[in-house]
Amino acid sequence: MLAVIKTKIEHLGDVGINLVESSGRLGVFLFNILARLWMYRFPLEETIKQVLFIGAKTVPLILISGLFTGMVIALQFYDTLIRFGSVELLGAAVAMSLIRELGPVMAALMVIARVGSATCAEIGIMRNEQQFDALDCMAIDSYHYVMLPRLLAAIISVPLLTAMFDTFGIGGGYIVGVLIHGVSDGAYLVGMADTIVWNDVWMGIIKSFLFGLVIMWVCLAKGFYLHIEQKQSGAVGVSQATTQAVVLSAVLMLFVDYIVSSLML
Amino acid sequence: MKKMNVNFIVGLFILFGMGSMAYLSVTIAGVSGYSDDSYQLIAKFDSSSGLKEGAFIEIAGVKAGKVTNIELDKENFESVATFVFEHGVILAEDTIASIRTSGIIGDKFVKISPGASDDLLKSGDEIIETESSISIEELVSKYIFSSDTDNE
Repeated sequence: MLAVIKTKIEHLGDVGINLVESSGRLGVFLFNILARLWMYRFPLEETIKQVLFIGAKTVPLILISGLFTGMVIALQFYDTLIRFGSVELLGAAVAMSLIRELGPVMAALMVIARVGSATCAEIGIMRNEQQFDALDCMAIDSYHYVMLPRLLAAIISVPLLTAMFDTFGIGGGYIVGVLIHGVSDGAYLVGMADTIVWNDVWMGIIKSFLFGLVIMWVCLAKGFYLHIEQKQSGAVGVSQATTQAVVLSAVLMLFVDYIVSSLML
Repeated sequence: MKKMNVNFIVGLFILFGMGSMAYLSVTIAGVSGYSDDSYQLIAKFDSSSGLKEGAFIEIAGVKAGKVTNIELDKENFESVATFVFEHGVILAEDTIASIRTSGIIGDKFVKISPGASDDLLKSGDEIIETESSISIEELVSKYIFSSDTDNE
């Protein structure tokens, strides 16, 4: 009996130590990447390549999901608002919820799904094949050459993708509200413009900027520390690391979302 | 050729993203060039309860400016609101500024009733005649208490 309790407590201690260790690793990892910004020249070409992958190639996904998100919000709000006879608030409601909350969060989730998982798997396999050791042998700084461009590209791309998501969402809302349900387009567009202030847009930009940072940071770190953190090596380790990266970055992203909202409201 | 292609697509992406961001901030959030040298007036209210910075100002039902700043006058305990008007709006001295609500549950806004005086307000002057926000609760309680005293 005593032995069982002892193993349970030991297990708890193990979890605690792992938690502190991995958060410390994450912090040191980010510091290491950002330090490269001052240590070497700016990695422009690599960053452009990564913006192509993280940003430009995600655009079709963002546009489609933005359009449908806006359409479904407009549909739901229309159904709710018509009960109070205040359909003219539709544009304001759609734009407010998209710009402040849904745009940044949904765009970030799309980026996690499309880019975060791929990046983590890629970095994990590079670690598995000891490519980072090879880079070290060739005196190429892997933080500068591999990590920094991806992080910068995510920080640049996610706010832009979010802006596109918002714009297309508003367009989707227009399709459902104005074209299908016959809300007057003046009420939709002007109501939107009267309600939204710069602070709302600014909040969305701050959020998406932080989301880009958090997503890429977690996904890179999970891949990079594969050999330390995962119990099994090989393909199983990569799959576990990718799963953890996607889950952790999504949860951290929502946590940051709450913090930013509570600080800025 | 390949590399130029990459740069072109990325450039297109950034242009498109910046365009969306500009649309959101300029058209929807209405970040516009109300600069400091535009026509500014202040007005003091007994209570500006519910009025927010960024609330719009209507003249004859048309949006003609916005509230940029609301402060407490710490000596007289009045609310001091700063209004910025669109270019070309010049008001007379006996203008009345009143805080109104759009609809029953809508936002508070400032309604300007232009005066007829020949003396015009310069930028930075104060609108003397103001009406504070009307609180339905206050009106109701006033009615209840006044009818109580009548009965006694």
